[in-house]
Amino acid sequence: MMSTEHGGTGGNVGYAGRPRLAHHFADLEQQYTSGKLGIWLFLVTEILLFGGLFCAYAVYRANHPEIFLYAHTFLDKTLGGINTVVLLFSSLTMAWAVRAAQLGQRRLLMALLAVTLLCACGFLGIKAVEYNQKWKHGLLWGKRFDYESVERHAAEAHGTTAAGAAATGPAEQAPSVDASNVPPSAVGPGGLAAPAPAPPAHADAARAGPVPRNVHIFFGIYFAMTGLHGLHVIAGMVVIVWLLVRARRGDFGRNYFAPVDFGGLYWHLVDVIWIFLFPLLYLIH
Amino acid sequence: MSNGWSLTAGFSALLGPVLLAQQRGDFWLPQRASSEAGAVDHLFYFIFGVSAFFFLLIVVLALLFVLRYRRRPGREVEPSPSHNLKLELTWSIIPIIIVIVIFALGFQRFLDMATPPANSYEIQVTGQKWKWFFTYPSGFVSDELHVPVDEPVKLVLTSEDVIHSLYIPAFRIKKDAVPGRYSTAWFRAIEPGQYLLLCAEYCGTGHSDMQTWTVVHEPGGFETWLAKASNFLDTLSPAEAGERLYKTKGCAQCHSVDGAGGIGPSFRDLYGHRQALRGGAEVTVEENYVRESILDPQAKVVAGFEPVMPTYQGKLSDREITAIIAYLKQLASGAQEVP
Amino acid sequence: MSTTTDVSGTPAALGENYLNCAHGLRSWLLTLDHKRIGVMYLISILASFFLGGVLALLVRTELLTPQRTIVDAQTYNQLFTLHGAVMIFLFIIPGIPAALGNFVLPMMLGAKDVAFPRLNLLSYHLWLLGAVFALASIVLGAVDTGWTFYTPYSTTTGTSVVAVTLGVFILGFSSIFTGLNFVVTIHKMRPAGMGWFQMPLFLWGLYATAIIQILATPVLGITLLLLIVERVFGVGIFDPALGGDPVLFQHFFWFYSHPAVYIMILPAMGVISELVSVFSRKRIFGYKAIAYSSVAIAVLSFLVWGHHMFVSGQSALANMIFSALTFSVSIPSAIKVFNWLATMYKGSIRLDTPMLYVLSFLFLFGIGGLTGLFLGALATDVHLHDTYFVVAHFHYVMMGGTVIAFLGGLHYWWPKMFGRMYSEKWGRIAALVIFVGFNLTFFTQFVMGSRGMPRRYYNYPEQFTPYHQLSTIGSYLLGAGFLIVAVYLLHSLVAGRPAPANPWGASSLEWQATSPPHPHNFAETPALRDPYDFSDLVYDPATGNYAPAKGADA
Repeated sequence: MMSTEHGGTGGNVGYAGRPRLAHHFADLEQQYTSGKLGIWLFLVTEILLFGGLFCAYAVYRANHPEIFLYAHTFLDKTLGGINTVVLLFSSLTMAWAVRAAQLGQRRLLMALLAVTLLCACGFLGIKAVEYNQKWKHGLLWGKRFDYESVERHAAEAHGTTAAGAAATGPAEQAPSVDASNVPPSAVGPGGLAAPAPAPPAHADAARAGPVPRNVHIFFGIYFAMTGLHGLHVIAGMVVIVWLLVRARRGDFGRNYFAPVDFGGLYWHLVDVIWIFLFPLLYLIH
Repeated sequence: MSNGWSLTAGFSALLGPVLLAQQRGDFWLPQRASSEAGAVDHLFYFIFGVSAFFFLLIVVLALLFVLRYRRRPGREVEPSPSHNLKLELTWSIIPIIIVIVIFALGFQRFLDMATPPANSYEIQVTGQKWKWFFTYPSGFVSDELHVPVDEPVKLVLTSEDVIHSLYIPAFRIKKDAVPGRYSTAWFRAIEPGQYLLLCAEYCGTGHSDMQTWTVVHEPGGFETWLAKASNFLDTLSPAEAGERLYKTKGCAQCHSVDGAGGIGPSFRDLYGHRQALRGGAEVTVEENYVRESILDPQAKVVAGFEPVMPTYQGKLSDREITAIIAYLKQLASGAQEVP
Repeated sequence: MSTTTDVSGTPAALGENYLNCAHGLRSWLLTLDHKRIGVMYLISILASFFLGGVLALLVRTELLTPQRTIVDAQTYNQLFTLHGAVMIFLFIIPGIPAALGNFVLPMMLGAKDVAFPRLNLLSYHLWLLGAVFALASIVLGAVDTGWTFYTPYSTTTGTSVVAVTLGVFILGFSSIFTGLNFVVTIHKMRPAGMGWFQMPLFLWGLYATAIIQILATPVLGITLLLLIVERVFGVGIFDPALGGDPVLFQHFFWFYSHPAVYIMILPAMGVISELVSVFSRKRIFGYKAIAYSSVAIAVLSFLVWGHHMFVSGQSALANMIFSALTFSVSIPSAIKVFNWLATMYKGSIRLDTPMLYVLSFLFLFGIGGLTGLFLGALATDVHLHDTYFVVAHFHYVMMGGTVIAFLGGLHYWWPKMFGRMYSEKWGRIAALVIFVGFNLTFFTQFVMGSRGMPRRYYNYPEQFTPYHQLSTIGSYLLGAGFLIVAVYLLHSLVAGRPAPANPWGASSLEWQATSPPHPHNFAETPALRDPYDFSDLVYDPATGNYAPAKGADA
């Protein structure tokens, strides 16, 4: 993706060991290091892109920890854990693939790329299972969140009457202000600025009692973050397929392995983002 | 350069108080009708003086250089350094000091503007496309902001729909009204009169029409007004009271009185006429139908309109409904609109 | 026949150059030549500027009278929204980097192209795609939210918000990839002997801009994605009824959009650094200060977004921090202005059209920057926020700053890009008309604003009528000025005097190429030289060319 050979018509026919130098670069070294810097800058933009979502997560969790504590119990830690292992393993195979490309080990490279691809498929498969579960139970975003069904299950599970009304009602007093004479800026009728009630003592107890107001916010964030991540996994799979095709053609070798290297870096970022997503969404304590 | 400094100082010292002594507006700023306006304007003119000084400096120097160093045949470029630490530090440090001063003044005055006195008279403000509603402590709702002179007033703002912003230029106050939360602003009016109150956050088609008046009463005048206005059911004729309710209870958003189309049927020539309903039936618009339409609006909806009217069950008393009916009768009889 | 680096001044318009070396639409739309990409961008953004300008004139015409003049309220709201969105996302953000930077940057480095030519082409096609989406919204129900898309209005209005935001999202990637390309090019493709502090300052400006493009634009991307998701799926992140926070949108939005305004001004400042030096025929004063200021502005620009939200209900502490940081970002800009003035001191100043734009810039950006002080101070901002004072402020910096500098740069590099000289007489006339028209249009708006005239108003209180009328007259004059520029520039393409390699006596490397350049920029590697040393360049009246006194002839 970031490679820069000036192929003209782009018909590269297995030229491992005889890499093309783009006309505007002085030498292969410059070409390679430019590509490297380019992919790193692209990864930085991806971090900023996800950063916005992490920011939204932070803001909402700080203001309403009870929502996150309650809602995350609906996520399957086991499946999430498996996905984490799967992605970590795929990063290993990807890094190894880069090594294989550098050493000109064509068969090994293809095998490793294929395994990485399989891991990605596995990841998406598990995510599909999870998404399906959520869909069936009405654990969705915004207005689509099925409060009735969730409250019913909560009542059945804990034998309490789900009154429908929230345990966390609208804020009745202003958030406490520090000693300055600045008046509180935002006290709301149950809006975001409303202070959060104390969260339950144990995570297990998180599901006891009535469903917190606006618990759908968690799922909105969950789907936005994992959805965007999933899209990036798919994009990564497209890249890996392309690398496989080129590997089969024998394009990569000691003198030319940049696309595998750069694709690998992208894949590592996809993995790293999941490493953050997993504890933040699944392992809230 | 020291000439410039004394110029600025002189400007602020002499012209400033001269300008600020008058409470009526001047070239740049509207009338000063609140206790904080003077401080805001003083800062405005201070920044203005600083800006004018630096702007003139830049322009005059540029013109001077162009004239003096214009390329002429035979004239060589005089050697001069392309770097001068002392000069560069000077023109970095002096602006830094100036902006620190401006920042400090701005922040300090802002804190005063943001801190309502403890005994402020509180008025709830609701913005709704495209009208302002002011709820006084008695519960009375008006579409104008009435306040007593020389008393601190605290506004508690919110919105029913999108973000609006309450702006009274003469008081130099502005605060966003955000749905789902409350925000506050305060002022102390120092001059009786009427001042424009505008919406300053774009909110759709009627944004520029979302204006009303801030009426500052002479001492004693506010209480009189409030008593009279609150008891408008007693003090006004039923039709006049009905018109007041029409304007302040949200009817005007959807029902015009001049025949213009809207979300709901126009009230002109409505009472006493037959109306076709959704579903085919017909009805004559009389007292019972009007009362039913207010309390249970989905029961009989006029043909050609959507069933979107909210119910006023619990929001309008029987006396108020009677007043509204009187108003509708008046509209249909062709009588002049109540002044 | 001259494909060699031609310092004798023989016009190369007759020889083989990047314009005539290949023909047909495909050779343009599929080109990998940064110069052709730059020219395509130039045409595209100028077309956008024209569209945005027409919209502006419609807005100003409506404002001739306090009530309805030519359109109804809904249409008016759509007009000003489209004016803002087109001008910002289609014209000024790509602006100088895409139209001038693409052409000049590699040549200033003596290079043959940017680091990633195919990515460059992709950037351009993304611009086209984004433009299609954004403009498609016009027929689908033109957006009426203002270019700032504040929630909850933007999540509940019936107009085609999704189409426009998708378009802007795509345009964001165009911007990111351009920035990425420029950073890598400047890092990796400087010739041996050109260290960071031997680069022309225009490249520092483009570099600082590119940093912002890379870091800030993705945040706009996610913001718009969230807006789209909110509208389409009702997620509730910005909807108070669902526990969301409409003010959070403002934080996200301005986190990009404030740095974005420095994307607009930093390249412009880079252009001014070049022009003031060349047309004073004197080394730029305070090179390092200007270079560091560019980076400082880029960094500080990320820390001030809250100054758009002083009355939104954010805490006094937040207000204080943002106000303080806002003042800090004004200092590097002030430093640059003083450095430019000092460059003119004891120089040898020629009032060619590009220099007239430099003087315009100093005047207009001076006002624009100084009026930022009123807005950065909390107490005065409460009164001035969302009034015409703000509108005037940003037009003074964006148009009086960036557009003026863009015109200066366009006139400066025009001979290089197209091998033609334009009419100097008409250049000066147009510059004057634009200057007068601009001030008439926008200075009145400062007064209106401080007197309490809010922005985005279809109807307005009667007392503002004379100001609005003056402003509208000014806008027509301004439009006329731009039309004049368009006419004589286009005319020069067919009938302008063929341009020599170095008509201005500049010292950066692009002036060693022919005008227009060879397809690969330089037939021979250009001789490295100090970009601000003009002392050895001698003017030849016969050709209108400057060449090194001891240099070889063709």
